Amino acid sequence: MTALRVEDVHGGYGGTDILNGVSLAVDPGEVVVVIGPNGAGKSTLMRAIFGLIGVHRGRITVDGRNIAGLRPDQVSGLGLGYVPQDDNTFAGMTVGENLEMGAFLRPEHTARRMAAVFDLFPRLAERSHQRVGTMSGGERQMVALGRALMTEPKLLLLDEPTAGLAPDLAAETFERIRAVNSQGVGILMVEQNARQALAIADRGVVMVMGRDRHTDTGPALLADPEVASLFLGG
Amino acid sequence: MADILQLLVYGVVLGSILTLGAIGVSLIYGILRFAHFAHGDMMTVGAYAALVAVAAAGLPVYAALPLAMAAAAAVAVAIDRIVYRPLRRTSPMILLISSFGMALVLRSAVQLVWGPANRVYVPGIRVPYQVADVRIGVDHLVIVAGAVVLVIALHLFLRRTRTGKAMRAMADNAELARISGVDTERVVLWTWVIGGALAAAAGVFLALDTRLHPTVGWHMLLPVFAAAILGGIGKPYGAIAGGLTIGVAQELSTAVIAPVYKPAVAFAVIVVVLIVRPRGLLGGRG
Repeated sequence: MTALRVEDVHGGYGGTDILNGVSLAVDPGEVVVVIGPNGAGKSTLMRAIFGLIGVHRGRITVDGRNIAGLRPDQVSGLGLGYVPQDDNTFAGMTVGENLEMGAFLRPEHTARRMAAVFDLFPRLAERSHQRVGTMSGGERQMVALGRALMTEPKLLLLDEPTAGLAPDLAAETFERIRAVNSQGVGILMVEQNARQALAIADRGVVMVMGRDRHTDTGPALLADPEVASLFLGG
Repeated sequence: MADILQLLVYGVVLGSILTLGAIGVSLIYGILRFAHFAHGDMMTVGAYAALVAVAAAGLPVYAALPLAMAAAAAVAVAIDRIVYRPLRRTSPMILLISSFGMALVLRSAVQLVWGPANRVYVPGIRVPYQVADVRIGVDHLVIVAGAVVLVIALHLFLRRTRTGKAMRAMADNAELARISGVDTERVVLWTWVIGGALAAAAGVFLALDTRLHPTVGWHMLLPVFAAAILGGIGKPYGAIAGGLTIGVAQELSTAVIAPVYKPAVAFAVIVVVLIVRPRGLLGGRG
């Protein structure tokens, strides 16, 4: 069980900060969804947590330990998984090799974890020797999620896991995310599909201009007229 | 006909040498995203390191080869630590120019230590085998067999070992590799070890085929890059196809044009291939 705390984080690429004092928390086993307009810094927040961009101010803690400034491979070693929005597979490698890379830090668990991932995504088992670059968008998304699950993460960061997916595939993806969460894995998810995402969320965070503006339970945010008109399409 | 076959033999020998150089260039580009201009001179360093083992310790060339590979790998890692690593956060252009500078430094260092004269590992002439009308030198067999063994070893490393897979993953998607827990610096270290060692093998084979001279590797830089680009830069497997194509094309061209124009053939092949297949034979990075 892992708790994530983001406290007043400022950061970005080079000179200009994209994150301007964002705070949020993911308690053990919780699903937290971040919504907000384009350019609000949602993806940047994910990248900051995973050590891919600099944090100039504030703290990011995992179970009380400050992880700001750690390298991505070190963050991964702490039991965090991350599925970026784009380029989230090794396109030139096979499905099996992608999953193997997911378990890079714990190679002794590769076989057991791969069986668990194949359990969740039976289609990947049939295609384990296929090159990921030749697969459909939906299948690639399964590979991406599967790779992140290989480490048996305690907390999973998902950046728009349903972007570009057809509605039925998106619904299926939310179902899989729920299944993963039901095994005790905490989820921090950025989603454009805000209604569906908030429906499975314990809490939602509305991010605007690099800061958290509202934080509430999923249903409460869904019911909030201001949030609805701004971010849920009326 | 016999002439053509003879040129084909020379072409495969040259192609083997180019392949070993081009694999390193391609790997380094795939992992570090810059064109390593000092690679030809890394070949020279390897060739002279073998000369030390042959001349000073009296070792046969095949025994000197692993020592030369180890020495060149160490030199490559040292250069990376001292010169390239501090520059890695700047731009690929700065790394490229600094590698050009390293090329001059290495070449001058070789000339300072061993002088500008031509050298050979073992003096004297060895009678080549005669198969039909085609002559095949003992050294030619050693070069081709050596290249085949090294390429197979590299293949097994990239496909079977954890570090090899991490290298392929990083060339494929560097950021995702880091997210997956790959320590970038470790992969970079291995890239230089392999690139340097294969460059040394290419240099020793080149010196075996021709002679030792401080500019021997520098003159190979163009065809080595041609081979890497032809195969799709960033794709070590493409470098094999590229190396053999350039090697054979250069040697066959001497049947119709003067040998001094051989390097131009490498250029011509790249231009044609890049028009037809802009991302190289195996579709490397654009």
